[in-house]
Amino acid sequence: MNARQRRIEDPALLRGNIPFVADLHFAGMLEAVVVRSIYAHAMLDVVNVQPALESPGVKTVVTAMDLPSACGPIPMRLSPSSELEAALQYPLARDRVRFVGEPIAVIVAGSRYEAEDARPGVEVRYRPLTATTNVRQAMKNPVLFDTLDSNQVYQHRQYHRLVESKEPDPTLRQLHLSFSIQRHTAMPLETRGLVAVPEDGRITVYGATKVLHFNRRVLAGFLGLDVTAVRLVEVAVGGGFGVRGEFYPEDYLIPWLALRLQRPVRWIEDRLEHLQAANHSRQQEHEVDVSYDDTGRIYHLHDEIIVDTGAYIRTHGVTVPELTQGMLPGPYRWQEVDTQLRVVLTNKTPTGTYRGPGRFEGTFVRERVMDAIASTLHLDPLTVRQKNLLTVDTLPFSHGMQALGEEIVWDSGDYPLALAQAAHLMAKEEFPRRRAAASARGRRRGLGFAMFVEKSGLGPWEDCRVAVDADGRFTCWTGLSTLGQGTMTALTRILAETWGVSASQIRIVHGDTDQVPESHGTFASRATVMGGSAAFYSARTLKSRLQALAAPLLEAHPEDVILTDRGAEVTGVPTVAVSYKDLVEESVRQALPLDVTERFSASAMTYPYGVHGCELEVCPNTGMIQIVRYGVVYDVGRAVDRDLVKDQIVGGVAQGIGGALLEELAYDEQGQLVTGTLMDYLLPGFCDVPEIAVMITEVAPATSNPLGIKGAGEGGAVGVAPAIANALADALNAPPEAFTTLPLRPQDILRWSRMDQLPGKGAKR
Amino acid sequence: MKPPRFQYWAPGSLAEALEGLWQLEDQGYTTKLLAGGQSLMPVLNMRLSAPDVIVDLNHLAPELSTVQEVSETLHIGAMTRHYQLESHPVLGARAPIIAEAERYIGHVAIRSRGTIGGSLVHADPSAELPLVLALLQGTVTLQSRESIREVSAQDFFVTYLTTAITSTEILTAITLPTLPPGSGQSLEEVASRPGDFAIVAAAAQVTLDSDEAIHAVRLALGGVSSVPLDVSGSIAFLVGEIPTAQLWIECTQSLADLVEPDSDVHADSAYRKDLTVALSRRALTHAWQRARQGASLGSIGNKGGEG
Amino acid sequence: MEIDLKERVSYTLQINDRTYAVEDVEPRLLLADVLRDFLGLTGTHLGCEHGACGACTVLADGRPIRSCLTLGVGAKGLALQTVEGLAPNDGPLSRLQDAFWEEHGLQCGFCTSGMLMTATFFLREHPKPSRKEIREALSGNLCRCTGYQNIVNAIERSAQDLGENYS
Repeated sequence: MNARQRRIEDPALLRGNIPFVADLHFAGMLEAVVVRSIYAHAMLDVVNVQPALESPGVKTVVTAMDLPSACGPIPMRLSPSSELEAALQYPLARDRVRFVGEPIAVIVAGSRYEAEDARPGVEVRYRPLTATTNVRQAMKNPVLFDTLDSNQVYQHRQYHRLVESKEPDPTLRQLHLSFSIQRHTAMPLETRGLVAVPEDGRITVYGATKVLHFNRRVLAGFLGLDVTAVRLVEVAVGGGFGVRGEFYPEDYLIPWLALRLQRPVRWIEDRLEHLQAANHSRQQEHEVDVSYDDTGRIYHLHDEIIVDTGAYIRTHGVTVPELTQGMLPGPYRWQEVDTQLRVVLTNKTPTGTYRGPGRFEGTFVRERVMDAIASTLHLDPLTVRQKNLLTVDTLPFSHGMQALGEEIVWDSGDYPLALAQAAHLMAKEEFPRRRAAASARGRRRGLGFAMFVEKSGLGPWEDCRVAVDADGRFTCWTGLSTLGQGTMTALTRILAETWGVSASQIRIVHGDTDQVPESHGTFASRATVMGGSAAFYSARTLKSRLQALAAPLLEAHPEDVILTDRGAEVTGVPTVAVSYKDLVEESVRQALPLDVTERFSASAMTYPYGVHGCELEVCPNTGMIQIVRYGVVYDVGRAVDRDLVKDQIVGGVAQGIGGALLEELAYDEQGQLVTGTLMDYLLPGFCDVPEIAVMITEVAPATSNPLGIKGAGEGGAVGVAPAIANALADALNAPPEAFTTLPLRPQDILRWSRMDQLPGKGAKR
Repeated sequence: MKPPRFQYWAPGSLAEALEGLWQLEDQGYTTKLLAGGQSLMPVLNMRLSAPDVIVDLNHLAPELSTVQEVSETLHIGAMTRHYQLESHPVLGARAPIIAEAERYIGHVAIRSRGTIGGSLVHADPSAELPLVLALLQGTVTLQSRESIREVSAQDFFVTYLTTAITSTEILTAITLPTLPPGSGQSLEEVASRPGDFAIVAAAAQVTLDSDEAIHAVRLALGGVSSVPLDVSGSIAFLVGEIPTAQLWIECTQSLADLVEPDSDVHADSAYRKDLTVALSRRALTHAWQRARQGASLGSIGNKGGEG
Repeated sequence: MEIDLKERVSYTLQINDRTYAVEDVEPRLLLADVLRDFLGLTGTHLGCEHGACGACTVLADGRPIRSCLTLGVGAKGLALQTVEGLAPNDGPLSRLQDAFWEEHGLQCGFCTSGMLMTATFFLREHPKPSRKEIREALSGNLCRCTGYQNIVNAIERSAQDLGENYS
């Protein structure tokens, strides 16, 4: 077994001496505070900033009136669509606010304390409008945007039939279920933040991450500057999970203010702002109809998906809804899939992606349906799954669904094997004994599973530059970000293994638009697949150049030349070597630069998959649950570093548990966020997350990249809610309609528990 | 989220503090007393309160954190911090429910600073120490320059986050009866996560006579009303009974009708009623078992076994 | 009696066995901000500013406290320790830090200082903890990346290393 590889990111983080954005300090730096709407929906009749301007320490206060005309609404980065453009958000509200937390003004002062002191001095006279807080109401209520006909801002039907079917088969069983997934979001431990520093006609923005180059283009456009006058720099980043690094209003406002004031300006979002104004996610309703026969074979999957997208369309456009729809069918063979997507505006915080966007929601729906089908037939849910899974010989396979501009094609996998492995990992054979023992203690015990297919490696391309100097120091320039995943450790490992040199010889330069000309960024589990593959290609090219240069000097074939930390030598002959100094000199002589950039392009995503298993006990008196066993099988194709993959899975499960059981961004009827602190928005803690067993497999390498790797960022989160819901239904003998609403609260668990108090009910298997 | 401007004063003694509060009131200043800060500081950081003056009581800690037992009564200084309460040998022996309550309170860093006086004055109806005060019919000592008064739990807790204390008073001490012979105590709660405020909490004390019949029984509930609720009267009819496990099941059945809890995002009213029954039963049963064992400490370490 | 109401205060803080002077500041400054913005000790992070996340945890007289719920002026007289005090700048990591490194007890590292400080206190009091005890003791510190398992592993490893070194 390999020893665990220590992450190169960690020593500085452990000492606390690498700066996060809030740790940066520049001479003359000012601090900004954003004044936000306290109404969910209102006209702004008057905004008077004069009292705030008179508050001690205040340098300036700006509103939408002060913004230059070049500043339009914030554009979509993904899935742009012209029909959505009417609902884009301007950096500051102009005459109307549409959610609590929408920016109205910015105060810049000597310190955050002084800026907050001035906040009551921004006097806003609101004329309240009716707040629309749920999607059903929204379809009837007055429109949020006068240029739209309806608050249903987008709809899309995807209908695909695999076989020329005859008339609907009347012998098939039908099941209708309604699902609801609550609004919740990523909630990284570090809030968002920026420091903008103007110097010599340029502006440098610290605190950027994820998609630096896209954001640089948007910012340069808004500021009326050439992109070369805008530099975005990533410092240490306290977690992203989808929400951080998108272009938000402050990403324009703070640099613009810094230029205007010709002073460094720092803005650090506080937690209450983060809860109100950073992207929310996940809120959907599903009306599902499925048909299946008495043996459990599934036929039709119909789903009406209604997405509460909040008050504006943000950078993700309708990515989350489209992914929900496109990936809904999962690893099963459906004869017919018919999905109707409706995206609806409400007076709530706008939404974006959060780890496993669309799959957390769709997997919950589909996998709960699979268990519900099994329960109506009194079959083991795994039997029903095995009956319908796509098999190795049927892959690649497509239901014809689309998302992110490409057809969703399951590329490779052995889904039945993964399911069998999960049953083994969860010791399913011995479960009846454990259930009986729990029963003797007055506890109800259940075991549930959920399968998922994930996506990764979104294109179109990624570059990587590598070089070596005369001291044998290798440098890699990448456009990737690291938001905690250990991306730089993974890249270093790919490079070290390709070259055969120690990790300590390799330095990675990243997160600086001055150092890396272009990149598509780090999201959608694309970093290691795309950036890693680019690194592999460039490393291979550099290596072959070094081999070509060394071979004549060593009087050997290039293929027999290996690299070490000291230089090049002939394999098996360590006594004769050429130093990097000599190789660099030779490269100059031959005009064969030891500085290489290669591009990796991918036209299709690659799809990892896996299974979650959850065993839990329910207290029949309180409805409180205890997860006693949790396991994940995850096929990553090929792992660069299995420990890093495991880290991602375990962390993802914890977030999935939050989404399944605890977290909710709840609103009242006036559109006020009622879970606006971390006392009410409940993140899972040490005692809420069980020990998690992870089995990483490498059964089905990706065929679309040279390393065979698939991404690992999101599979940990997506299967948790259905695994828990299915385990609950199993524990309580609950009917199909049980546990279809998230989060799964003790009060609902207790209610379903009460319905199963009848003596004699029990062992279903 | 930074505190608003205020003037700061850290008196060196209780006498000085009382005199100063009186003068500040006279001069029209609004004041807030800062003890452990675990409730006040978030309120200030969110700017939900903006007093003219913060009176920092932490220099009074030596004076106000003594624990004394005087003829079956415990006097606990108001600045005694949670971590001191949780491991105090006298309290452990004479009011074991305090240590049990402390296991549910916040987290280690909260317990390092938070004080018993601060917790009572904050008066969250789902908090544990107010519940203990209500259960044991304790009193608090409210002192001003001009007066000193003992106020019962029932009079002290007025409504949600509101007590009978006035702006010139300091809560200086808490007085509780010691555990009577033949008694057991228990506190049971359900919270969304360990350390959170309870959704519902139930605290019980059962006293048995030499025949193992109920000599006295007390029960109080947190999280179901705007104040911690003493519902002992509703089970007073049990006095004289020889308890069985079944008795506790029966006597708690009707408690759901006794409370009208609010619904919120974490739990609806019906669930709080369900918990009232389940947790009352559990607390009474445990208290009874402990009373029978005559042991006060031995078996209370088993927190969290049921979520 | 004269009430000494102060609009500005000066005080000294004892941090990591050094004395720092904080001159002429408003009394409302949070200890976390004093550490970070005035003394340059930015290893202590602010995650929520209402006492719910634990990222800002420092030790005061050996016990963990929330530096976001403590006034700087209120910390005078306390012996403070921050993450910067766990290992000398150019020296090796502490045993606990090294265990976090070995066990991948961090991902983004934002919560890590608070975890380390709470764990330092806990291991002093409980040199041979069970995993359950570790989880309960650390439950006031939130982490959004790791799912906690590797942090428990790290603290457990640190305790084992401690045991082995003394046996």
